[in-house]
Amino acid sequence: MALALDLLSLICILAGAAAAMIGGLGLLRLPDVFARMHGAGMIDTLGVGAILVGLMVQAGVTLIAVKLLLILLFVLYTSPITTHALARACLNAGVEPLARHLPTDGDGPSKR
Amino acid sequence: MYAAASIAVLVVMVMALARAMLGSTVFDRILAVNTFGTLTVALIAVFGFLTERPDFLDIALLYALINFIGTIAVTRYVVLSRAGMADEGGEWEDV
Repeated sequence: MALALDLLSLICILAGAAAAMIGGLGLLRLPDVFARMHGAGMIDTLGVGAILVGLMVQAGVTLIAVKLLLILLFVLYTSPITTHALARACLNAGVEPLARHLPTDGDGPSKR
Repeated sequence: MYAAASIAVLVVMVMALARAMLGSTVFDRILAVNTFGTLTVALIAVFGFLTERPDFLDIALLYALINFIGTIAVTRYVVLSRAGMADEGGEWEDV
């Protein structure tokens, strides 16, 4: 039983680390802000989330697991809010997405 | 396991810092710094387990709170003050 839990937490933590690496690569290499937000979202949700779930499995039913759960819930709530606010600020400020096939409303920054 | 996870998180933090330094607009930098903060939360949690003293989780929770508030505040400041504009009415360029 303990071995199974250890294995489960190992898988969770390594999967989270791998997802964070992939998200970091996306953050570094994708072409514009809106695309990079996808990498950041992957780090915030799957990366940190899986790492924290693995640590919760390792902690068992203790106060530590409750604290980890609180951190996880908070990160899962605030990350989309932050990304949404940032994307809306970008659009309001007139940063154009690198989308080739979307219709645009003439020249100049899009007004929203 | 914890050491490997710590190293992975540190590598991703370096990637986020590189994006914060390279980033072509000020919004890239805000995004990278927000990601850096979230990774700091994960690093504090993993490091607590690595040293078998997971007493720093309160600090990690506080760090998540401050990171959220700070990112929203900096975004509002940048938008309202139009900091990051190359010139008045210009494009959002390298800052």
